[in-house]
Amino acid sequence: MIEVKNLVKKYGNHLAVDHLDFRLEPGKIYGFLGPNGAGKSTTMNIMTGYLGATEGAVLIDGHDILKEPEEAKKHIGYLPELPPLYTDMTVQEYLEFAAELKRIPKGERESAIEEVMKLTKLMDVQMRLIKNLSKGYRQRVGLAQAILGFPDIIILDEPTVGLDPKQIVEIRELIRNLSKKHTVVLSSHILAEVREVCDYILIISKGKLVASDTPENLEKRMNGTEGLEIEAKAAPEKIRSILSLVDDIAKLEIDIQKDGIARAKIETKNGADIREQVFFAFAGEKCPLLEMKASKASLEEIFMELTQGEEVYRDAGDL
Amino acid sequence: MLAIYKRELKAYFQSMVGCVFVAFLVAFTGIYFTAYNLNAGYPYFSYTLSGSLIVFIVGIPLVSMRSFAEERRNKTDQMLLTAPVSLTKVVLGKYFAMVTVVAIPNLIFCLFPLIIKMNGTAYLKVDYISIAVFFLLGCVYVAIGMFMSALTESQIIAFISTFGVLLALYLWNGIIGFLPSSAVACMIGLILILSLIVLYIYHMTENWMLGAVLEVIAVAGCAIAYIVKSSLFENLLSKLLGKLALADVFTDITNSHIVDITGIMLYLSVIIVFVFLTIQAIQKRRWS
Repeated sequence: MIEVKNLVKKYGNHLAVDHLDFRLEPGKIYGFLGPNGAGKSTTMNIMTGYLGATEGAVLIDGHDILKEPEEAKKHIGYLPELPPLYTDMTVQEYLEFAAELKRIPKGERESAIEEVMKLTKLMDVQMRLIKNLSKGYRQRVGLAQAILGFPDIIILDEPTVGLDPKQIVEIRELIRNLSKKHTVVLSSHILAEVREVCDYILIISKGKLVASDTPENLEKRMNGTEGLEIEAKAAPEKIRSILSLVDDIAKLEIDIQKDGIARAKIETKNGADIREQVFFAFAGEKCPLLEMKASKASLEEIFMELTQGEEVYRDAGDL
Repeated sequence: MLAIYKRELKAYFQSMVGCVFVAFLVAFTGIYFTAYNLNAGYPYFSYTLSGSLIVFIVGIPLVSMRSFAEERRNKTDQMLLTAPVSLTKVVLGKYFAMVTVVAIPNLIFCLFPLIIKMNGTAYLKVDYISIAVFFLLGCVYVAIGMFMSALTESQIIAFISTFGVLLALYLWNGIIGFLPSSAVACMIGLILILSLIVLYIYHMTENWMLGAVLEVIAVAGCAIAYIVKSSLFENLLSKLLGKLALADVFTDITNSHIVDITGIMLYLSVIIVFVFLTIQAIQKRRWS
């Protein structure tokens, strides 16, 4: 379990992490989501003990990462943004070094290394020098190093960068399997990836936690502004008069398209479902309704609203 | 610690730096050996070794420059600092790996006095003690180089700055000669040195209260001591700073066969201080 308490990190007078506060339960996949420079990597670097925090604390299974670093770090496997590889070693040598560094007992080292190489599909390149490997393979060596010894908590900073689509699917599968026994924290600025893999999303913007919930709940939260989009073969005035018969319409916007077709965006009050009423209203007037769909706020929109909207009224990036 | 030590040592010989260093040092010492001992027939190998000192000054930065600068540039320090190993062990693992690299040419040097002995009289005791102290001096230089490497991301800057410091230490006695000897000048000089130390402490702790208190103590202490007994300060600077002429301990052995135990203690203390400063420099970077 990871507890992050009131975490602050300042670089000079730039506030990179601004009073972060959250708890991560075991056996789940958590996704850190945020635009570039939101403080995802900095937070991860502090959680793994690479950087010190200006204020606050990080507890890994009850051990403070700064006060009992050796005990806390035993529970963590970390893949930083740039995989920390010694390029003049072979994959095998590198993983042996990593195993020794992580204090895996001598007898278990060989089998542990073989297991992670199988999981990350590195068996074919185990005797090659890391400097001769492609970016995708290097990323996998970094991942192998992070999951070596199967620590309780696995922290991955943008794990799928540089991989081809097939490898991305494989790595996601691997991450899902890992989450059965481990807590996995991964960061990404790609929404689709986070939605696909994670059980729980933490959206970070300018060092602040702006939302944290499951992907479904985040989408649900925006239901208050649920609406309807229709396309009808009628003049805008006619659409307006037809829709005036329908209750619960909060807002109406009409765009004229070509060939006498108009498109209307309807926002409803309290998320009421007015599809049937709209259908019968148009049918009663014998006005052809060409298309009707319920528009739901997507994760993209939520993300945009949470991370971009911030800028307008509050700039937390600078002190 | 053992894992880091083994990896580092292997890296030194895979990347050629270790081989180049050993070859360089042994080749130059071989030339001096041929000239002094074989051709001129001088029976002390220790004298030959004092000639190699200048080669050390070029060679040691070559070994120490990559220790932390390279890790930082390649971001591999992230792996070491997030592993369940304390920073002290990381630094010591690297330090001992470098010490081992420096030990290799010194072990080869152990053969040279035997060659002299095969051809006549040899003074083995002096020779072996001088090799041991030469090695210890190498350890001091490595500790200084490691500290320089921990301060920067660039190996070139680490090399040049270490080389500069070692050269200054080599020429130390000449530089000391320029210092003033009057009591007032020495007092001002001493205050300046103490202020620099206080500035460093302030920089590390960022506690202005502590810095100010220490500065006041330093200035007041010097001023009071000067008023009470000004003769104390005469020649003080050159006496004090003269102690830092690290190579003197070694050249005392090679030139006049005097082994200065306090000098050996000085070497050990300098090693400990610079290993400690390296750890502090890395810690400091994590927090800023």
